Amino acid sequence: MTIRWGSYKVKGFYDELIRVTGKPRPAALALCQYLRDLSDQEIEEYKSASEMAISVMGITFTVYSEEEGSIDRAWPFDIIPRIIPKSEWTQVETGLKQRVRALNCFIDDIYHDQNIVKAGLFPAGLLENSVNFRKQCIGIDPPGGIWAHICGSDLVRDKDGVIYVLEDNLRVPSGVSYMLENRQVMKRVFPDLFENQNILPVDDYPSKLYDMLAALSPRETERPEIVVLTPGIYNSAYFEHAYLAQQMGAELVEGGDLLVEKDNCVYMRTVDGLSRVDVIYRRIDDLFLDPEVFHPDSYLGVPGLIRAWKAGNVALANAPGAGVADDKVVYAFVPEFIRYYLDEEPLVGNVPTYKCVDKKDKDYVLEHIGELVVKPANESGGYGMLIGPHATAKEREQFKKLIRKDPRNYIAQPMLTLSTAPTLVNNRAEPRHLDLRPFILSSPNDVYVTTGGLTRVALRKGSIVVNSSQGGGSKDTWIVDDEGS
Amino acid sequence: MLSRVAENIYWMARYIERAENTARLIMVNTNLLLDLPKGLQPGWQPIIEILGTEEYFLQHYEEFNERSVLKFLIADPQSPSSILHSLRLARENARTIRDIIPREAWEQVNDLYLMAKGNATSGYSKKGRYDYLKHIVLGAQTITGLLAGTMLHDVGYDFLRMGRNLERAEMTTRIIDVRSANLLEEHEGLTPFENIQWMSVLKSLTAYQMYRRNIQVRVRRKDVLKFLLKDKKFPRSFFHTLLEVKSCLQNLPRNEASIALLNEVGKKVLRADQAILQQDELHRFIDELQVGLAELNQSITQTYFQ
Repeated sequence: MTIRWGSYKVKGFYDELIRVTGKPRPAALALCQYLRDLSDQEIEEYKSASEMAISVMGITFTVYSEEEGSIDRAWPFDIIPRIIPKSEWTQVETGLKQRVRALNCFIDDIYHDQNIVKAGLFPAGLLENSVNFRKQCIGIDPPGGIWAHICGSDLVRDKDGVIYVLEDNLRVPSGVSYMLENRQVMKRVFPDLFENQNILPVDDYPSKLYDMLAALSPRETERPEIVVLTPGIYNSAYFEHAYLAQQMGAELVEGGDLLVEKDNCVYMRTVDGLSRVDVIYRRIDDLFLDPEVFHPDSYLGVPGLIRAWKAGNVALANAPGAGVADDKVVYAFVPEFIRYYLDEEPLVGNVPTYKCVDKKDKDYVLEHIGELVVKPANESGGYGMLIGPHATAKEREQFKKLIRKDPRNYIAQPMLTLSTAPTLVNNRAEPRHLDLRPFILSSPNDVYVTTGGLTRVALRKGSIVVNSSQGGGSKDTWIVDDEGS
Repeated sequence: MLSRVAENIYWMARYIERAENTARLIMVNTNLLLDLPKGLQPGWQPIIEILGTEEYFLQHYEEFNERSVLKFLIADPQSPSSILHSLRLARENARTIRDIIPREAWEQVNDLYLMAKGNATSGYSKKGRYDYLKHIVLGAQTITGLLAGTMLHDVGYDFLRMGRNLERAEMTTRIIDVRSANLLEEHEGLTPFENIQWMSVLKSLTAYQMYRRNIQVRVRRKDVLKFLLKDKKFPRSFFHTLLEVKSCLQNLPRNEASIALLNEVGKKVLRADQAILQQDELHRFIDELQVGLAELNQSITQTYFQ
């Protein structure tokens, strides 16, 4: 026996599987017993079986490591799953649907009448500073007023056990193929666990994605032509692009495969000649989509694409400009959006956020800067951030100055303690911090949330950085039906 | 099928075929040099000429000695005609169409490249060369077989076969052109060696055994040329490759212009009796065939890839 729950320490954290040392949560009981009974050798076997399954299924990713630069699947997989009881997940799911409906209302409003600005609930100045606001999109009506068709929202759980939304990714969120692949691996390696428990399946995602995209088709045809637009094989998410195209039976295209004719319709070049395209699931950033409108020197996109989109002859998912709602300051307003557009109270909250644009909040931030994380609106990747508790007095003073000079550009949040889950480290289970990225699909007539999502885990002890580029890994995510059994 | 995908399949097949042909050329020339008397040896220069990369070679190497030529032909990353270069491009093309070709075939393409790269130096040495080249030829044949046996025989497969056969046609003309011009000045009393040289031409195309079965008489210039240019059944004869390409084109839409061009080239090669006898004529004639192939390639590119 090698995993001993009696020596697994959860003090100071919320652990997803273990309530207090030695006592698993009810939904994780069966799994924890199973793991407890494994010998060192069995753990080794399961580990190598999972690595084997990954390399067989993802062979595309492991063979390339030479002169072209590495696009390996260098993302470790941990075989201990993360478990969420279904009763809890149902609430999160409802909350995410609500959130994404409000986000779509906001984006549509911003590119039309801007009622929320007129109502005084959203400062107009924030739009002027937003790097993802596209004035070229003003007045455009995508089908059903939906702009963010695919949304990846990052969820975290604080030490009190409450789940918060940390950020929404509304441009080209990625990772869903790992969610699907991780489940395949687990089913191959631990078939008996799946037989004895009610673990909800995740693999209907590609068909839900197809249905959502098909619902956007401008032509009423039985089989609309849906394509996945990729920047090409050197993109780090190329595997996912190819995977989703294959799973949906859609063509995987590059910018050069498409063209816009004089009739403002999009066509792809095939050996039979030009063939009309109805829906483009684009995995290229806004600014590279159409050199006529955005970066003139981009060769990744398709000249005239925005023209065709404006004319309603092709659907783009996500719609260009949807990213306006995922900047960090706009994020702080999402609870307001939910109240304003839906007249409801948010079911899944934001991480408590102080908006320095409010005088009261600003004064609080300036006073408590040593306890807070301060983030600027228009920087990403952690650039230009202040982590109060780790900063020097001088850095704090510097940030106070910045905030006073341009309060609109800053928000602040308390330091969260991310929840943990047991993770294999040298064949022992140790707590590691993690987050969760569910994917939400919105079509004019339906909103769908993945069952669970992609769990990312920080493999370094004490680290809260879950990104794949910085020592992060992933886990399978189980939504376990705790009512039915 | 997307034009880009069709083009990638077409070029993947061409590059794999090119790598195989280059390996065969090296193998046969190595053998030939062992058989010919000192002083009569044509050396390695004709091989560089066959591949049409003389100028390029001389920019990077001093002379046509064995080691330089072999490095150039096997592994030189700068050389556009090296085996490694062809395999790398075959792999690049295969990589972007991994969802179209069967996974085993992709793995084999990848494997072959890695093998060719990892063992390149053994290809330079006299001792390791045969095994190395045999491995390349077999690897390429394995890919061809895997694709024939596991890939959907739809239009994608037609593009694959067209690429392979046009590359073969091209190589057959090159080998005939250079070998007949450089090696075969008709000397009195050199008959046994002439015989050997024509045998080497056949062997470059793995045609010796089939020629024997088919023609039986001794190896003569006229019969060899006729076999390599006009035989309907030998897979590497010029005419046969044309028939293969034609049967692919017939499955494709908008094929009129390409088929018309192909028929022209076909008629030309069937009428070739006179030209075959005369060396000057032969050279002009081969030129015409090569122009015909280039036009055909151009027509396929314009119709289907653009």
